[in-house]
Amino acid sequence: MQIRSPEFKENARTALKEEGLQRALGKLRAGFPEKRAIAVERMPEFHDLRDEARDLKNHILENLDIYLEQFESKVQESGGHVHWARTGDDANKIILDICKQVNAKTVTKGKSMVSEETNLNEYLEANGIQPVETDLGEYILQLREDHPSHIIAPAIHLNLSDVSEIFHEKHGKPKSDDPAVLMQEAREELRNKFVAADVGITGANFLVAETGSTIIVTNEGNGDLTQTLPKTHIVITSIEKVVPTLEDMTLFLRLLARSATGQEFTVYNTLSTGPRREGDADGPENFHVVLVDNGRSEMVGSEFHEMLRCIRCSACMNHCPVYGSVGGHAYGWVYPGPMGSVLTPKMIGIEKAGNLPNASTFCGKCEEVCPVRIPLPKLMRHWRNNEFEKHLSPKAVRWGLAGWGFFAKRPTLYRQLSTASNWFMRTLGGKKGRVKSLPMASGWTDFRDLPTPTDKTFMQQWNDKKEGKQ
Amino acid sequence: MSRAEILSNIRRGLGRGEASEAQRKAVFNRLNAKANNLIPKRSQLPHAEQVELFKSMAQEASAEIIELSSTADVPKTVTDWLQNNGIKELISSSDAELNELDWSPLGDIQRTQRVAMVGDMASITTSFAGIAETGTLMLHSRGESPTTLNFLPDVHLVVLKRSTIVGPYEDAWKKIRGTFGKSMPRTVNMITGPSRSADIEQTLQMGAHGPRTLVILLIND
Ligand code: SF4
Repeated sequence: MQIRSPEFKENARTALKEEGLQRALGKLRAGFPEKRAIAVERMPEFHDLRDEARDLKNHILENLDIYLEQFESKVQESGGHVHWARTGDDANKIILDICKQVNAKTVTKGKSMVSEETNLNEYLEANGIQPVETDLGEYILQLREDHPSHIIAPAIHLNLSDVSEIFHEKHGKPKSDDPAVLMQEAREELRNKFVAADVGITGANFLVAETGSTIIVTNEGNGDLTQTLPKTHIVITSIEKVVPTLEDMTLFLRLLARSATGQEFTVYNTLSTGPRREGDADGPENFHVVLVDNGRSEMVGSEFHEMLRCIRCSACMNHCPVYGSVGGHAYGWVYPGPMGSVLTPKMIGIEKAGNLPNASTFCGKCEEVCPVRIPLPKLMRHWRNNEFEKHLSPKAVRWGLAGWGFFAKRPTLYRQLSTASNWFMRTLGGKKGRVKSLPMASGWTDFRDLPTPTDKTFMQQWNDKKEGKQ
Repeated sequence: MSRAEILSNIRRGLGRGEASEAQRKAVFNRLNAKANNLIPKRSQLPHAEQVELFKSMAQEASAEIIELSSTADVPKTVTDWLQNNGIKELISSSDAELNELDWSPLGDIQRTQRVAMVGDMASITTSFAGIAETGTLMLHSRGESPTTLNFLPDVHLVVLKRSTIVGPYEDAWKKIRGTFGKSMPRTVNMITGPSRSADIEQTLQMGAHGPRTLVILLIND
């Protein structure tokens, strides 16, 4: 996917004015967080499970090389192949080679964010192989030549009419405003494609070192048809997804669905271990796992180490006020929201993604809901520091900070200034207690009001308190 | 090439070379122990209550449950269900458990043992276990039970014996290891309710790509 992260600010500005998008985001803000809250409520051990999951992920990362080698040898034992890809390009080449070996014309695809990272679809198409996305959301996006704006609900930025429109155009059937009719249409369109495909490509949510199994978690069943029907199944996945045992995988599964959609359990949790066995009447004859690095191994031991705990549940973006206002596309690359603001600069470079770690209110909600307790605000702050040290932050920010630093080092002057600006803001706000427009800050006040400050500055209140006035 | 680079990058990040013998041993001990992590209390119940929990969780996930007192009742019940829904063909797994039943109640309805194909309306399979915690069925691939039966037809009928219901997932993994030893079956399917999607305007719709209807025939053996 084309990188549009440098234009975050323009993207966000446009997004805030897009009515359709704002309608869709309104639903998201009401939907996911509420469902998650109910699921968490029903599982009294939920927060203890989070502690265990964090600790287990830390243990895995400490021993990542050993677990990966173990996983590899188990896949081989069960008759499968493991390929290691340092970069996205490496991964694409490996997959194309496998497709060529079996003379593939079409491949079906289950949802995989790693394949978005590597631009797999474009690559296959450029090499004469037709990829068909089968997850309903991804299918809609592929028809529209669009990209996911959310890691588990890829088409969340679209409304019913957008889907109806594109289905009418591509399927040649009458338009409908009934989601059930549209889904039925997609089901019928894709049925024969599942059967006709030469290769099925899926992602993986976890890799089990004990057994050499990969697991996918889906509600639609598209991933299962994708991996069961074609002769060859390729799993494209990344190195941090390995877990030790089935019991360990279970710990993460208990957290994943609840954090993501608020479901007790996702409909289909499917383990794949090697190709079809003797006597099996169906299932793939070849089983390949492509382990993608793409910058992850460099995160090990770095200040971003903890990000490798991420299980891609999407809770952080579902609860993020910034994501909830501008949607996923504004972030300009594969991973949006708080997790994307940490990952994207690592994967495409801080020069291009510097805006993202700054697109945060630091409200801390993301860390509060993260099932593996990743300190996302802290990691975003690391990027801000990083950016500052590299002199990449915009001039306004550098001068602003320098100016603030000047006054902060001169307490008397600082107090006088803050008392004066407090008065100024209160005068602007009047009785309503909200500032509707502020000179030079229309970027803020065009879309929301600013509450007026309290009567007294913090320092004044502090002194009053010390003197026993309150 | 990539493999060596990735592994050495990881090791460099961890501030060490190849892991020491002691560290490897600790990892393998952990792998071999297959210890449980925290298991929620919800399903730690006497068996009869686990069965009740299974039923309510499966129904919550929109599965239909029909209780029967013996497998001998399966053909008649299935026939009624298919007739009520106007379905004329049943694709079946070839488990002995199903084959030894008297299927004459089916009458005109064809029972065929094969892999599933596009257009199939209904399939019937057995199951390996039921997991009470979330009302989840566990099935696995094998010669007698092609995996396509679980995903392609519109309706999936599953025979589940009450005695195979366990509390948490962990107990199902123990059963899998007990049956297969070290090598897993090609696929293990955990199924909780029928297929669904909320990808169109965040509105939940049943029957995306997998079965629209999941019927559990619970045998009170
Ligand atoms: S960072 Fe945490 S909350 Fe966000 S997707 Fe990853 S695991 Fe989920």
